[in-house]
Amino acid sequence: MSPDLLTSLAIFVLAILVGFEVISKVPATLHTPLMSGANSIHGIVLVGAMFIASQADNPVSYLLAFIATTFGAMNVVGGYVVTDRMLQMFRKKPTAPKAASGSGGASGASGA
Amino acid sequence: MSQEWLTTVVYLAWLVGAACFVLGLHQMNSPATARNGNRLSAVGMAIAVVATLFGLVTGPGGLSGIAWAIILVGLAIGGGAGWYTARTVKMTAMPQLVSIFNAVGGGAAALVAIDDFIRLSSEGASLSTTIFVVLGAVIGSVTFSGSLIAGGKLQGLIPGKPIYAPGGQLTTIAVAAIAAIGTIVLILGAGGALELTSSTTLIVLGLVVATGLIFGITMVLPIGGADMPVVISLLNSFTGTAAAMAGFVIQNPVLIISGALVGASGGILTKLMADAMNRSVLNIIAGGFGGGEGTVAAMTGVGGSVRAVSADDAAIQMAYAQNVIIVPGYGLAVAQAQHQVRELAELLESRGVEVKYAIHPVAGRMPGHMNVLLAEANVPYPQLKEMEEINPEFDRADVALVVGANDVTNPAARRPGNAISGMPILNVDHAKSIIVIKRSMGRGYAGMDNELYTDPKTGMLFADAKEGLAALAVAVKAL
Repeated sequence: MSPDLLTSLAIFVLAILVGFEVISKVPATLHTPLMSGANSIHGIVLVGAMFIASQADNPVSYLLAFIATTFGAMNVVGGYVVTDRMLQMFRKKPTAPKAASGSGGASGASGA
Repeated sequence: MSQEWLTTVVYLAWLVGAACFVLGLHQMNSPATARNGNRLSAVGMAIAVVATLFGLVTGPGGLSGIAWAIILVGLAIGGGAGWYTARTVKMTAMPQLVSIFNAVGGGAAALVAIDDFIRLSSEGASLSTTIFVVLGAVIGSVTFSGSLIAGGKLQGLIPGKPIYAPGGQLTTIAVAAIAAIGTIVLILGAGGALELTSSTTLIVLGLVVATGLIFGITMVLPIGGADMPVVISLLNSFTGTAAAMAGFVIQNPVLIISGALVGASGGILTKLMADAMNRSVLNIIAGGFGGGEGTVAAMTGVGGSVRAVSADDAAIQMAYAQNVIIVPGYGLAVAQAQHQVRELAELLESRGVEVKYAIHPVAGRMPGHMNVLLAEANVPYPQLKEMEEINPEFDRADVALVVGANDVTNPAARRPGNAISGMPILNVDHAKSIIVIKRSMGRGYAGMDNELYTDPKTGMLFADAKEGLAALAVAVKAL
């Protein structure tokens, strides 16, 4: 194997280990956004699609590159937008009114 | 700038992008920073894409007019379609959209590999390059068709129940064998051990891709709808791997790093989910007991009688309770009753009842999906409690309201010798009183009777999750 390939293999293995370390700490509640977020990251294959587009020199390659670019762009843009929509919902509601109604109700219940 | 400088700048930009992905994923550890993490990851993606475009334009030969057109039109159409569907999809349909995005990602990886292969087969590729190209094409094809089937099952376009191809698992194995043989032939051809003309190699590649596509279909069809989250997670991991393979082919570090990251994350998620269901990933993929009938059901006889309860009675119990724990499950997600449950919870809170939600790790249709659904219905995040956190609290709970959850509440899991033995469950049976909203006495995914339902403390409210919750809300209001 060429030195370039060996370097790539080293990067690959280390990145897998980094992935295990980074991800194993995520709480279960965030697993769906995480899956969606990771899903957008593999849209990076768009970069590969752009590469084959730059090298295309015949109709078959044009077509393959075009579909690949379209797919990759859909994966990237859609993935990030839908993940953001999910995470947007994990906001905390203002707790003040709830606490007030909670204590008021509690005294009423104990009175009953 | 000299060419070397330009290459260096582009390469460094790719590394910045890859670093953003790692840091972004790390920030998704906590709800407070998760959104920033996702944005950081998106910034990394933008940097990587722009750097690539810059590198292509300034590289030797530049970018032809046609290539520009392909890239810009592709970005516009794909990006637009992704943006539109992601903005407009209902949150309950979100798992299938993620599956579709996964499918197109896998498809893109396969197409990149196929195009590379066609180019390389006329030039004569090295052995190692061929291995990565063929692996990318096969894995990408499997994820493409498999994710489409998974999405179709979740959407209800394809029946969620296990479907077996003619010949069953044998067909799947045969298809996989053909794909494997084709892959080996291509690799031997590249290694010089076999004499293949370039047209033969293309035909073999076509065969490998076709069998990859068929394998994706026959692999996912026999898996039940409730297992789809595990499958999507697994396919997500596959797509990452396919992207990394493409990275090896074009010697691109950002593809390799991101692909490996996603491969690892998908793998972990898949294992976590399978663990939570007390099953092995292999078991699920092999169609396990999802399709089996009667084999495990005989373990428990229907001992004891079931007590039905009316919405009015249930409402009184909850309204005069100190604290209520709501246990939402798959049935709530299917009935899209998240708004009704929040409405009921707010009514109870306004009467001074403390309400919490007990979220099993695999509640809903994807890990954490229940949180997303409830968050969409404006349930405050602090009320959502994970299993380890809420389990001790069931002992103090006056009422546990189970909505469309079954196997994850079955006390039989604590005993050895049945299908769900050892599965982590919510201690719903520890509550002083239990109300279960369920359409019928039908069995859950594991095909077992739930002992919780015959517990003397349990009242069954037979209704669809949405109707049942709405009836409870009306009854509480009327009190």
